[in-house]
Amino acid sequence: MGGAPSAGPPKTAICIPVITKENYPLYIRSTPMENELRFQYMVHTSLDMVDEKISSMGKALVNQRELYLGLLYPTEDYKVLPHNYTTISKVKFVMVVNPSNTALRDNEIHRMFWKLHNSYIDVMCNPFCNPRTISSPGTDNMVMSMMIQVC
Amino acid sequence: MIHLESNFVQFKEELLPKEGNKALLTFPFLHIYWTECCDTEVYKATVKDDLTKWQNVLKAHSSVDWLIVIVENDAKKKNKTNILPRTSIVDKIRNDFCNKQSDRCVVLSDPLKDSSRTQESWNAFLTKLRTLLLMSFTKNLGKFEDDMRTLREKRTEPGWSFCEYFMVQEELAFVFEMLQQFEDALVQYDELDALFSQYVVNFGAGDGANWLTFFCQPVKSWNGLILRKPIDMEKRESIQRREATLLDLRSYLFSRQCTLLLFLQRPWEVAQRALELLHNCVQELKLLEVSVPPGALDCWVFLSCLEVLQRIEGCCDRAQIDSNIAHTVGLWSYATEKLKSLGYLCGLVSEKGPNSEDLNRTVDLLAGLGAERPETANTAQSPYKKLKEALSSVEAFEKHYLDLSHATIEMYTSIGRIRSAKFVGKDLAEFYMRKKAPQKAEIYLQGALKNYLAEGWALPITHTRKQLAECQKHLGQIENYLQTSSLLASDHHLTEEERKHFCQEILDFASQPSDNPGHKIVLPMQSFAQLRDLHFDPSNAVVHVGGVLCIEITMYSQMPVPVHVEQIVVNVHFSIEKNSYRKTAEWLTKHKTSNGIVNFPPETAPFPVSQNSLPALELYEMFERSPSDNSLNTTGIICRNVHMLLRRQESSSSLEMPSGVALEEGAHVLRCSPVTLEPGANQITFRTQAKEPGTYTLRQLCASVGSVWFVLPHIYPIVQYDVYSQEPQLHVEPLADSLLAGIPQKVKFTVTTGHYTIKNGDSLQLSNAEAMLILCQAESRAMVYSNTREQSSDAALRIQSSDKVTSISLPVAPAYHVIEFELEVLSLPSAPALGGESDMLGMAESHRKHKDKQKTGHCMVTTDHKVSIDCPWSIYSTVIALTFSVPFRTTHALLSSGTRKYVQVCVQNLSELDFQLSDSYLVDTSDSTGLQLVPLNTQSQQPIYSKQSVFFVWELKWTEEPPPSLHCRFSVGFSPASEEQLSISLKPYTYEFKVENFFTLYNVKAEIFPPSGMEYCRTGSLCSLEVLITRLSDLLEVDKDEALTESDEHFSTKLMYEVVDNSSNWAVCGKSCGVISMPVAARATHRVHMEVMPLFAGYLPLPDVRLFKYLPHHSAHSSQLDADSWIENDSLSVDKHGDDQPDSSSLKSRGSVHSACSSEHKGLPMPRLQALPAGQVFNSSSGTQVLVIPSQDDHVLEVSVT
Repeated sequence: MGGAPSAGPPKTAICIPVITKENYPLYIRSTPMENELRFQYMVHTSLDMVDEKISSMGKALVNQRELYLGLLYPTEDYKVLPHNYTTISKVKFVMVVNPSNTALRDNEIHRMFWKLHNSYIDVMCNPFCNPRTISSPGTDNMVMSMMIQVC
Repeated sequence: MIHLESNFVQFKEELLPKEGNKALLTFPFLHIYWTECCDTEVYKATVKDDLTKWQNVLKAHSSVDWLIVIVENDAKKKNKTNILPRTSIVDKIRNDFCNKQSDRCVVLSDPLKDSSRTQESWNAFLTKLRTLLLMSFTKNLGKFEDDMRTLREKRTEPGWSFCEYFMVQEELAFVFEMLQQFEDALVQYDELDALFSQYVVNFGAGDGANWLTFFCQPVKSWNGLILRKPIDMEKRESIQRREATLLDLRSYLFSRQCTLLLFLQRPWEVAQRALELLHNCVQELKLLEVSVPPGALDCWVFLSCLEVLQRIEGCCDRAQIDSNIAHTVGLWSYATEKLKSLGYLCGLVSEKGPNSEDLNRTVDLLAGLGAERPETANTAQSPYKKLKEALSSVEAFEKHYLDLSHATIEMYTSIGRIRSAKFVGKDLAEFYMRKKAPQKAEIYLQGALKNYLAEGWALPITHTRKQLAECQKHLGQIENYLQTSSLLASDHHLTEEERKHFCQEILDFASQPSDNPGHKIVLPMQSFAQLRDLHFDPSNAVVHVGGVLCIEITMYSQMPVPVHVEQIVVNVHFSIEKNSYRKTAEWLTKHKTSNGIVNFPPETAPFPVSQNSLPALELYEMFERSPSDNSLNTTGIICRNVHMLLRRQESSSSLEMPSGVALEEGAHVLRCSPVTLEPGANQITFRTQAKEPGTYTLRQLCASVGSVWFVLPHIYPIVQYDVYSQEPQLHVEPLADSLLAGIPQKVKFTVTTGHYTIKNGDSLQLSNAEAMLILCQAESRAMVYSNTREQSSDAALRIQSSDKVTSISLPVAPAYHVIEFELEVLSLPSAPALGGESDMLGMAESHRKHKDKQKTGHCMVTTDHKVSIDCPWSIYSTVIALTFSVPFRTTHALLSSGTRKYVQVCVQNLSELDFQLSDSYLVDTSDSTGLQLVPLNTQSQQPIYSKQSVFFVWELKWTEEPPPSLHCRFSVGFSPASEEQLSISLKPYTYEFKVENFFTLYNVKAEIFPPSGMEYCRTGSLCSLEVLITRLSDLLEVDKDEALTESDEHFSTKLMYEVVDNSSNWAVCGKSCGVISMPVAARATHRVHMEVMPLFAGYLPLPDVRLFKYLPHHSAHSSQLDADSWIENDSLSVDKHGDDQPDSSSLKSRGSVHSACSSEHKGLPMPRLQALPAGQVFNSSSGTQVLVIPSQDDHVLEVSVT
């Protein structure tokens, strides 16, 4: 089922969407392309939990600068790890990972999100970028390497 | 607080723990030896031996936890009174056995009596017992834990068994549980859980442990979690026997965790952990590649979910459950999902019901459940019963599935997890679709789609829309289906085939013969095609009545195949604007898009207007000006898309609803048909002939395919075109900045035909102005332009002139064209007017103008000519004024040399042009005989350059007595220097003037002589000035005035002389003026001597000598006047006003000499002074100089700088 790795190194993140404050997908990439629909459904549904978590944390979250929300929406097949960026832009980074890859530690996920976040900032710093979508080869490469490479 | 329960068991050697004991619960923590012996003999005989034996056994088992209790009875004691206290049994025992641990021997005195002593001994005993028991417990527990850890460290060794270790650690957990340390107990299970999970993960990574293979046996039983018993002994034993499967182990572990969590009052953690466990188990089985019959796991998960939920419900009240839905809803959702997949697996969802294969599978699944457990056998709603029932029939499944789904959706909705609710709803919709109940499915699909649309998730939108399309097709909602199909056909997330399919669906429907011919299906256009841009031709989107307007639009077809469209229609709204200024050509150049192209913003296709992303404000500056004087009335900022921003939010989400599209039926439409829209951009051109003047606004765009109409309800931004009607107009303007009089000048005629068509024979009738000629040239041509300044033709212009009227026949031109032609006009110099003014030319009005302008500088004199023109389109005449400027300014002067006279004429060119002057004449108009004007000008041709002057001189000669005044006319031919040859002869430029009193009457001669005996004048020394005034003629007409006195036929006149030195070179000593009586006869001479002193050295000009006519007052008082009093007469200045030649020196002298003007004589009759006209006095010594040398003792050189 799903994106269980059959051979080779287990894929770390399977789907990495970046979601705006309005819950609009700014950017979405996933490795097994055929499952993209399923990922989108899953990530979209997981936003319920993200919203719930953010609202429950409220201001404290902003103060602590703790951007990582942790495992929020495990399913039978995947884990959805949302990372919330709660500064002014309120952009959410989400990562869907394969649960069989338990070798993935929290700090590694932190690091990946950090990279993703930096890449996002780079893209947004471009005065010519379209804030409705991210189309940057740099980000693409970075995300793809994250999805394929073993952490 | 520790709660320790202990059992008292009779000592048996077999009960003592052997080496490697793993049991803690049954562990003998404290051994107690009870004796009643009080007799030394008895002690020695039996008790001592027995005790020794007991102690040896304990030692052999290395047990150091023991206690000896001696029960004393007073009654017995009394019998042995002789016994010494030091040899008491207690002492003996202490001596024998407790050599160092005296506290291990306790005496219990009279345990059955109620005395203080008894009480004391009991207390001491119990304290001791508790202390020792706890000591032992602590020691043994610590040892157990150490052993356990040692065992765990050996887990890498071959032959290590997880089950064995499990039992050991669980023993510890039991102990903690027994001690009511549930938290610690839970930690033990959690450690086991984590250890096991780690092994599974390692196994998955290829690092397998042997023992794990036990757990990899195929799953044969899937009867779910059992949480109703504190300890599931059955499963525990299977673990002990190392026969447990992975599910057994996990189930057992979780049931223990669940029990402990419930003890800890943490039911919600149970729910959360349950979900994790279920996911985890599924994953672990997958990872370990355990063979699982299809559906078995679904059964297990379903049962487990319900079991957990029921267990939690069992220990919480309703309110608690309701407020903690967030924790449990995941399990509900999971159970729903599993039941659904079971239903699909067992053929319970298919239309025809399960087939035999499905039934077999169902039987197998039910078999794996085993028999229902006794503890739930009496519960009506047990998970087991539910599952069994649900799988028993199609109807039962439906009931259970719907119950679960609805409950889940309700719960999700109640806690605000709308997305999750919609997702479950979508599953439900799928189910309904399978059950052929599309009417029930639709609402769920719509709900989900709305949710996805609001947040712009492209793939779910496409997928849900596809499902919705199917649903709508089944429901027969044709419009909705077609609309969804059009959206899908334009959806790039679908494959080409799918898109073609949906496109074909629309085309198929459109081509069906409709039973109701007039019926239209109106769909929104966005999904079908998009309006990209619009281009007007003419590009300013303004056309005159009857003109042709082209509108070219670019439609971007979203369809995957070419679509044949019967017609494309633009509905146009017509409005008549009162402000006709908007229709004029001037307005057009200022407004409108520069190139006539209107771009439409691309549709933000899958992303509708969500609450948070309203369109950007479109703000514009607004100025409202007063119509009369164009002054600013109000200014502000207006928002042009208020209607977008302030619309109700709900309506924005009804994107899928075709009901919002209304076809506007307008009288004005632009049509284009038929068109085939290729995928991608298509150019479509509309042509229209403008009819009524006004503003036309493009409102709607419709494309019809059969009975399907795709409508773009609003064209935004607003696109308009204007139709105008224009009155015919005539403009006449000079080609140059200003027209010059006297030479041919070009004037441009512009006829704007407007709505009038110039027919053959139409002409402009110009009523001729008197002094302006219209020069007809044979080759003049008229150009005809269209309104957009494109030249359409040119034609020769026929001009016919009569003496009153010039008729210009216009070339034939259609309406809304412009005819342009040029004419040459010549302003004749107007009739010369006489006057004392030296330079006067033109009409009376121009004269005034000229005078005004002269103050500011050299401006040309202008002449206005009014021409009235009769136009063929109007019964009224158009009056046009043309202003011509005279290029020259002329002045004249009379020059004298003794009695010889000269007339000088100065012509100044004020224009920018260079001219050639020729044939200058000066004639005496009064035609006096004996008067001759001899020209001294050598050249007959003379150029006069721009801003320069030319002088002409004539000598005046006469043979008879000259007339007192002379009327002259100066005329000079002129032509522009640049032009080679003019077709017509130009009138010469004339200038008339009058010269009066030009005959010289007096000669004034002044001479300065050095003092006697000196050769030169010296500064500071008085010199003599001799003025000689000589009459040159006899009595003439001009002498006949008041000053003339006659005595004895000798005439004399009174003159006043005045010596003025303006340059302060001379100091006049004594009287500087005086009145003399001059005989009026030729050669009459008057000599005046004066003393003057030179103030400077050098060649000094002589002081001026002036002559005035001294006119007596009319009355007889003249004799009373003394010689000096007249000087202070003001009338001197009054009389001078008629003086043409400004005599600055005389004015100045008045100021300097007569500064002491007093008013005491005012009112008295005074003689008057009249300057002699310049022509009558000739100063023969003007210009002469006298050499003055400095005085000898003058060492100082004065330099005055002024």
